[in-house]
Amino acid sequence: MTRKPAEDSTKFAPVLAARGLTKRFGGVLAIDHLDLEVAQGEILGLIGPNGSGKTTFFNVVTGIYGADSGSVTFGGADITQASPQAVYHAGISRTFQRSRLSLPLSIFDNIMIGNHKRLNQRLWFNLIRRDAFKREYESSFHEARALVEVFDPPLANRMFEAVVGLPMIDRRRIEICRALISQPKLLLLDEPSAGMTHDETTQLMNDILEVRDRIPGLTIVIVEHEMGVIERSTDRCVVLNFGRKISEGTFTKIAADRQVQEAYLGLQ
Amino acid sequence: MESILPGAVALALATAYLIVLLRVENQNTILALLGVGIAAVLVANWLGWLAPVGRSFGEREDVLGLLAIVAAIVVASYFHEDHFVLLLLCTVLLYTVATLGLNVQFGYAGVLNFAGASFFGIGAYTAAVLNQHTAIPHLIVLLIGGLMAALIGCLLLLPVLRTRGHYAAVVTIAFALLLKTFLEVNDVLGGPQGLQVRSMNVLGWSFNNNIEIGGLRLSFYTSYFATSLLILIGAFVLVRRLERSWIGLNLDALRLDETAAGCFGLNIVRWKVTAFLLGNFLIGIAGTLQGMVVGFVQPNNYTFADSLIFVSILLLGGIGNPWGVAVATVIVVIVPEKLQVIQEYRFLLYAALVMMVLLFRPEGLLPRPVRSYFPGWRP
Ligand SMILES: Nc1ncnc2c1ncn2[C@@H]1O[C@H](COP(=O)(O)OP(=O)(O)O)[C@@H](O)[C@H]1O
Ligand SMILES: [Mg+2]
Repeated sequence: MTRKPAEDSTKFAPVLAARGLTKRFGGVLAIDHLDLEVAQGEILGLIGPNGSGKTTFFNVVTGIYGADSGSVTFGGADITQASPQAVYHAGISRTFQRSRLSLPLSIFDNIMIGNHKRLNQRLWFNLIRRDAFKREYESSFHEARALVEVFDPPLANRMFEAVVGLPMIDRRRIEICRALISQPKLLLLDEPSAGMTHDETTQLMNDILEVRDRIPGLTIVIVEHEMGVIERSTDRCVVLNFGRKISEGTFTKIAADRQVQEAYLGLQ
Repeated sequence: MESILPGAVALALATAYLIVLLRVENQNTILALLGVGIAAVLVANWLGWLAPVGRSFGEREDVLGLLAIVAAIVVASYFHEDHFVLLLLCTVLLYTVATLGLNVQFGYAGVLNFAGASFFGIGAYTAAVLNQHTAIPHLIVLLIGGLMAALIGCLLLLPVLRTRGHYAAVVTIAFALLLKTFLEVNDVLGGPQGLQVRSMNVLGWSFNNNIEIGGLRLSFYTSYFATSLLILIGAFVLVRRLERSWIGLNLDALRLDETAAGCFGLNIVRWKVTAFLLGNFLIGIAGTLQGMVVGFVQPNNYTFADSLIFVSILLLGGIGNPWGVAVATVIVVIVPEKLQVIQEYRFLLYAALVMMVLLFRPEGLLPRPVRSYFPGWRP
């Protein structure tokens, strides 16, 4: 924590920084020499047309794919080569564009999957010391329940129902709870409102903002197509097109950018 | 809180039915009895009587588990002089243990193992060799048999970890064939004829003698039955606790979505290895005792076809549900023994049964319920 004073003095000390980051799939340059910084505590909107590399950026940051060149640092440490496990332990958690919950498992189970690093995983503890396990289980349960309550109080009474029977909005909420339960420093949200109505999206974003206020210092990067959501909830935006950053700044600024308008209108 | 009553009644009826089924010899009566059994279950299901049974087992598992132990003892006491039935009961108990091991591997971690019978056999051969050539106490031999199965299973770890899905399955099949060939050509291990296994002896008490208490005569298999039952209880509790812990959750998470699980810190290798070794350990212990129960081992007893029996039990009973495994083992082991007509066609019967289940009830006879860490617990 030698960097602490620097973080306090400059508001925009980057918590996550990509430099010259490149990822190709065969002939496709999914991300192309991308320089991107996320400041401590901000909500950054990552936008761009379909196929512009937003999801790939998340996948490279979280270690699912290795970068072809360039680097990623998180809190000053290089995580370019880190495994998904190491990235999670460092304090980054995420949701997936196509919901990836474990459908036969309960709401509680799904959220506990995200709580992995805070749970005692020793065999002896889990199998033999059942009293101690029960205490950890009970406190985890209350924590998970309180988190779900922020998003939807009725849902918090159904913690032991299988996720498979729940509508999309509830699944999205649970995915976000799964990402938040471990109290990450950085949350990557990949189209959290995909498959939801306009009103549901608004509600979900309000809930996310509410949770953020409770977790001091939480930084969020959000990929989202609904521009209203981006305008209302982000501090800053980065626009990608064909894997490159074409614009960056406040929503008002990027919305006025000709290049951005062209990218979205499909003009080349 | 759910009442114990539905579960207890179902258990009592099942016990009575089992005793009658085991007692009857006439083939037509047995056929009729099986028909009545199937019809009774279907009707009970149709009347909605099975749901409360399931719920009471779900919520009051501790009490009903004790009752199930009592039921097993009642059945064994009823047949205390009958070598054949007691041997059959031992087989049921030990196959249940082995399938519980398979359940940890496939049901929880999603690791296919088509070499279950091979690991069972490794246990039995361990018993044959150690009981013959060493003075190691036989209870320790049971442990060693389990450890041997786990250890030799390590040969398969690399393929199991490296390849996903069907390839891992093919590798376990290849292993089963290799092991059988190895046993057949290995003269030290008796070749195709196999070896005798010395019977169990605990603290100077030989399991080979019938027991006389007062005027009561008990088959020598009673001792084996008691030991098998104890091992099953231990395995059941272990598997239950495993499922109802963060480790069970880890195994489910990696089975359902390895990538997502990895993004939440789960060490895929560590937990797959844990599940595979633990499963083989249980299969190995069961096999070791089974070797001592039957008194001889030979390569032909531990073939790929026998592995398929374990897999069919798991599919039939309900993947991931230990109670389902127990019920399915009773059906798969006892029915062909009683119905001589189908003895020859037993594998055909298993295949047909498994296909029916996969078609009409893919989750098995007793589908696995959503995990509850402490049954009956309320926030
Ligand atoms: N696993 C993959 N294999 C091959 N191509 C991929 C893969 N993932 C993404 N791509 C390609 O990379 C480009 C960027 O995709 P993606 O990151 O999903 O875009 P976005 O999330 O912005 O819609 C697309 O051309 C896509 O087809
Ligand atoms: Mg995407």
